Amino acid sequence: MTTAIVGAAETDEIGVLPGKSAIQLHAEAALNALDDAGLTKDDIDAVLCAGQSPVAVAEYLNIVPNYLDGTSVGGCSFMMHVRHASAAIRAGLCTTALITHGESGRSRVGMGGWGGARQMLQAQFEEPYGVAGPPTRFTIPILRHMHEYGTTHEQMASVAVATRRWAEQNPRAMMREPITVEDVLNSRVIAWPVHLLECCLVTDGGGALVVVAAERAKDFPKKPAYVLGTGESSEHSMISQMIDMTESRAFKVSGDLAFNEAGISRKDIDHAMFYDAFAHTPMFALEALGFVGKGESGPFFEEMRTAPGGDFPLNTNGGGLSYTHTGMYGMFAIQESVRQLRGEAAVQVAGVKTSIAHGVGGMFHAAGTLILTNDERA
Amino acid sequence: MPKRPLPEPTPETREYWEGTKRGELRIQRCRSCSKAYFYPRPFCPWCASKDVEWFTASGKGKLYSYVISHRPAHGFQDWTPYVIAIVELDEGPRMMTNIIGVEPAPENLPVDMPVEVTFEQQSDDITVPLFRPAGSRA
Ligand SMILES: [Zn+2]
Repeated sequence: MTTAIVGAAETDEIGVLPGKSAIQLHAEAALNALDDAGLTKDDIDAVLCAGQSPVAVAEYLNIVPNYLDGTSVGGCSFMMHVRHASAAIRAGLCTTALITHGESGRSRVGMGGWGGARQMLQAQFEEPYGVAGPPTRFTIPILRHMHEYGTTHEQMASVAVATRRWAEQNPRAMMREPITVEDVLNSRVIAWPVHLLECCLVTDGGGALVVVAAERAKDFPKKPAYVLGTGESSEHSMISQMIDMTESRAFKVSGDLAFNEAGISRKDIDHAMFYDAFAHTPMFALEALGFVGKGESGPFFEEMRTAPGGDFPLNTNGGGLSYTHTGMYGMFAIQESVRQLRGEAAVQVAGVKTSIAHGVGGMFHAAGTLILTNDERA
Repeated sequence: MPKRPLPEPTPETREYWEGTKRGELRIQRCRSCSKAYFYPRPFCPWCASKDVEWFTASGKGKLYSYVISHRPAHGFQDWTPYVIAIVELDEGPRMMTNIIGVEPAPENLPVDMPVEVTFEQQSDDITVPLFRPAGSRA
C-alpha cells in the first residue's frame, strides 16, 4: 500500500447542465476536490484525465505539471489514472496527482463530435451494419450468456431494480421512482433483449480525485482511501472481436491483478461499485471478478443480494442506471467508494472497510479495477 | 435496402472488399499455425507469423449472438427493427453482420442457428456480406 486518495469530489450538480462546458466541469470538479483535500492548484504536480487533453486541463486550471497522463479508453480510464498516478508517485515522478473528469454527455456543450473516419476498423467492419452507439454494441453478448447459462430476462431486469432501490434514497440520483421487474420488462425495447430501464442514463457532470503517497495521507482533512490493489487490461476494440461473449477477459485480468496486489480475498470486500452501463455489465463483473462462478450471476441478482439490506451492497449511489452517467461513469463509481470508506455516503453501508471500484471502457473493450480501504494497517 | 454508412478499404483490407464485390467471402489464415482469422491483417494474430494467405471461406456459419435494434441508425430509419448479429464462420472467426430473410423476431432467430452468407451491393466499390438462415431463399 503506497498511495491514497485524499481528495474526492463531484461537480456542484450532476444531471442536466446545459450552462456548463465539458472542460468547465473538469475544472469545477477539480477545484471541489482540491478544497476537499485542503490544497490549492499550486500544490498539484500531476494532471491525469480522459476525454479532454491533460494539457488543456492543466492550462485551464493554470497548473504546472511534472507528469501528464491522458489515458482515454472510456469509462474505466479513471481507475487506470489512479493506478498510473500511484506508480508515478512511487517512482518519484510526482507527489500530488489530480485526476479530473467532466463531460457534457447529455447537453453536448464543448464536446468533440461523434464522426469517425471511414477507414477505421469500426467503420469497415461494424458501422455498415447499423450499430447506433453503445445500446446496439455493448448489448450483443447478452443473448450468448442467456443461451449458455440459462440467464433470464427477469434476472437481468433485477439488476436495474436492485440499483434503483439505492437511488430511491439518494437525493442526488436522477431517477428515484421505485420500479419492479415487470416495469423493466414492460419498458420500451431498445435493442432486444434490452429495455430502456436496463440502459444507463445520459447526463452531464464530473468528478475529481487527489492522490498522494500513503505516508502523507493522514495530513489531510478527510479520512484517506488507501489504494490497496489496482488492475487494468484491454481485450478488443470492436465488440465483434470479443473472445468469448459470455465473459470479459479484460475484467478478469484487471480484477486478478487488483486482488493479487491487494492480497485479500473476495470475502474481504465490504462494498462494491461495478460500472453499470447496462444491466448486464455488473453481471459480467460479478463473474469475472470471481465473486461467483461462471454463469451464476443471474440468480445472485434475482435474490436481491445487491439491494439495500442484501449481503453484497453494490452500486450504492444508484449507479449509472439511476444516479448519473455522463458517458464515462467510472469516476462516479470511485467517488462513491471513497464516500462509503469515509462514512459520508448518502446511503451509508455500516462498517465498510474495503471497497472495490471496477470499471469498463467502451463495449467490454477495456477494464480498470481499484481496491480501496480506510484501514491504514492494511 | 438501408443506406449504410459505407467504409473505405485500406491496403490490408482491400482483398476482402474486392472479394465481396465478386460474391466471395475472402478471409485469411496462417500457414504456420493454420488458424483462420478475421478481420484482415498482414500477420497472424495468434502466432504473429507473416506467412499468411487469403482463401475463400465457405460462407457457412452459426448465429453466435445478436440484438434486434429498435434504434434507427443513420440510413436504417426505414428498416427498423433489424438484426445486428455476430456470426461464427465454420472456419472459426466471428464477424458482425445483419441477418436478413426472416422477420426480426426472437422466435425466428435461435442462437446457434445455421446461417449462410449472401451479398448486397451498395455502390460500385462496396458490397457487404449479410447472412440468412441456411437454406432460406432470401
Ligand atoms: Zn499463426
